[in-house]
Amino acid sequence: MARIELTGIRKSFDATEVLKGIDLTIENGEFLSLVGPSGCGKSTLLRVIAGLEPQSAGQVTIDGSIVDGIRPSARNLAMVFQSYALYPHLSAFDNMAVPLRMRRLSTVERLPLLGSLLPSRRRRERSIRADIEKVAVQLEISHLLQRKPAQLSGGQRQRVAVGRAMVRQPEAFLFDEPLSNLDAKLRVHMRAELAELHRSLRSTFIYVTHDQAEAMTMSSRLAVMISGELVQVGRPAEIYDNPRDIRVAEFVGSPKINVMPGRIRDDGRIEVLGNILRLTSSQPPGNCRIGVRSERIELGSGPFSGDVIHVENMGAEAFVHLSLNGTDMRLIARVNDVRRLPDIGSHVPFNFAADAVLAFNSAGQRIAVTAEQAERIRERAVV
Amino acid sequence: MTGSAKISLWSVVRHILLIAGAIVILLPFVWMISTASKPPSEVFSSELRLIPRDFALWENLRTAFAKANLWRFLLNGVIVTISIFVLQVLVALPAAYALAKLRFIGRNALFALVLFGILIPPQATAIPVFLLLHKLGILDSYAALVLPFTISVFGIFLMRQFFRNVPDDLVDAARIDGISEFGIVWRVMLPAAIPAVTAFGIFSVVAHWNDYFWPLIVLNSEHLRTPPLAVAHFRNAEAGTDYGALMAAAMVVVAPLLVAFLFAQRRFVEGIALTGIK
Repeated sequence: MARIELTGIRKSFDATEVLKGIDLTIENGEFLSLVGPSGCGKSTLLRVIAGLEPQSAGQVTIDGSIVDGIRPSARNLAMVFQSYALYPHLSAFDNMAVPLRMRRLSTVERLPLLGSLLPSRRRRERSIRADIEKVAVQLEISHLLQRKPAQLSGGQRQRVAVGRAMVRQPEAFLFDEPLSNLDAKLRVHMRAELAELHRSLRSTFIYVTHDQAEAMTMSSRLAVMISGELVQVGRPAEIYDNPRDIRVAEFVGSPKINVMPGRIRDDGRIEVLGNILRLTSSQPPGNCRIGVRSERIELGSGPFSGDVIHVENMGAEAFVHLSLNGTDMRLIARVNDVRRLPDIGSHVPFNFAADAVLAFNSAGQRIAVTAEQAERIRERAVV
Repeated sequence: MTGSAKISLWSVVRHILLIAGAIVILLPFVWMISTASKPPSEVFSSELRLIPRDFALWENLRTAFAKANLWRFLLNGVIVTISIFVLQVLVALPAAYALAKLRFIGRNALFALVLFGILIPPQATAIPVFLLLHKLGILDSYAALVLPFTISVFGIFLMRQFFRNVPDDLVDAARIDGISEFGIVWRVMLPAAIPAVTAFGIFSVVAHWNDYFWPLIVLNSEHLRTPPLAVAHFRNAEAGTDYGALMAAAMVVVAPLLVAFLFAQRRFVEGIALTGIK
């Protein structure tokens, strides 16, 4: 249980700056996901927190004490790796025992033959065994403890890796894409399990993933990182509804948000694809981009229209891919009623509500828009 | 039809070539066993016989063991090769770990030096090393036989290549679990690298068990002699070489290696199979 504070974390490898000044506080007992496209520096940040990688500048504080230059093991954080990183020559039990043995046994007691003769070692081994069996019951891996990692399935290895992290009762858990090596079905299952584990342990979880769905479904807060910078931190719903940057809007949400080129006219009104929206902006006139989530696009009527080029029917919902009049621009609309899907090749009109519009300036930053007349809904928190 | 005929013709040629190669390699061994089984009269007879008329292997072995303290020489061989191998592993594994997994300034330059070291033949450094051992006053001792070989650049190179394939996550997990850097070498890297250590062990033991050059230079005392010197002991220019006993001694000297290799070969193949499955 710990509060982890990062201040001005920078990290460079040779000439390339991977982390460009990260400030972030992870509250005690929080499940925080670090998300971002691959190569954005999220794993490096996690490794800096773990102490596996020294930062070039900045400070890491765990529960009020600065841990810079302190060895990873002394920070008392546990880490679960994407490849599970189980010791291949040790059984599941011995894998889980490693951190406990390293901490509880003296150097002499750890000696291969001599150590096992010492009575103190036997006493400590008993307590280690008890702790491991307790965790094994919790994770339902008691029957696997004698097996080697090679004899375990991906999901089982993952549990053993989580078990190895749990036995030491760390200040916080660090997860580095732990579900990426599992198949899709198991991944969804493990998501729920990890979230449940977090609730029962009430410990601090820091979870790195490039899968926005994982981050959205599990975490209490999301920190979106893009090319070495923290772009937005907030609750999943807040980030989804109110992205501060077009890169955040594009990264979070599946299918990807629809982005259309727009223009702020001289009178402040916003024009998209030749139609003037009932929205005004106080920003100076010029080009802008308009984002609309697929579930907010209403097919059937409206001033916009496109050709249906592809339909993905998922059973409970469907995604209709539209190509906009002669351009190579594509939109995806989510249709909840799969019995009324347009045919491929047909021409469909569509519309979207004014409050569905997320407007971004040419630099990609979110800009404030105001709805006109009846639909006078002010956009919240804007950069 | 013609296609399959061609293939079978090629396979016949291939087998003939392989069998010829095998014969070339096996013939000296066969000749050794054959000569070791012949009484002196047959060894010098002008006709070429593979199977001796009188089977004299036991007599020759008895002469060999009587003429020289073969057991002592075999023991020397075991002491020297095992010491060399253990010390080589003690040096090579930490060095290979540092070169493969640690980031430090000059790592690439150091590795280049290791590669360069492989290119230097041991004969080139023999005289300086001999003089060094002389100054240290440890010529004509086990130390003189072992010390020059404790740092094996080939071993460092081989282990470093193998360690590079050990996932970084495993090393990081060990660091988080509280294992020290040296602990990682022995508790994490060594168990993962058993196949490579076995392979290196085969090279090292074979090379130093069979080494004739270096022991010949540094040794004077008879009781320190290694197996190849023991075989040479049977050569006698004045009284005439007793080839039967010499070949019998050679058989005795070769036998431990063959047994060790057959044993290690199984582990070796197992090791390769294990890494393949992963």
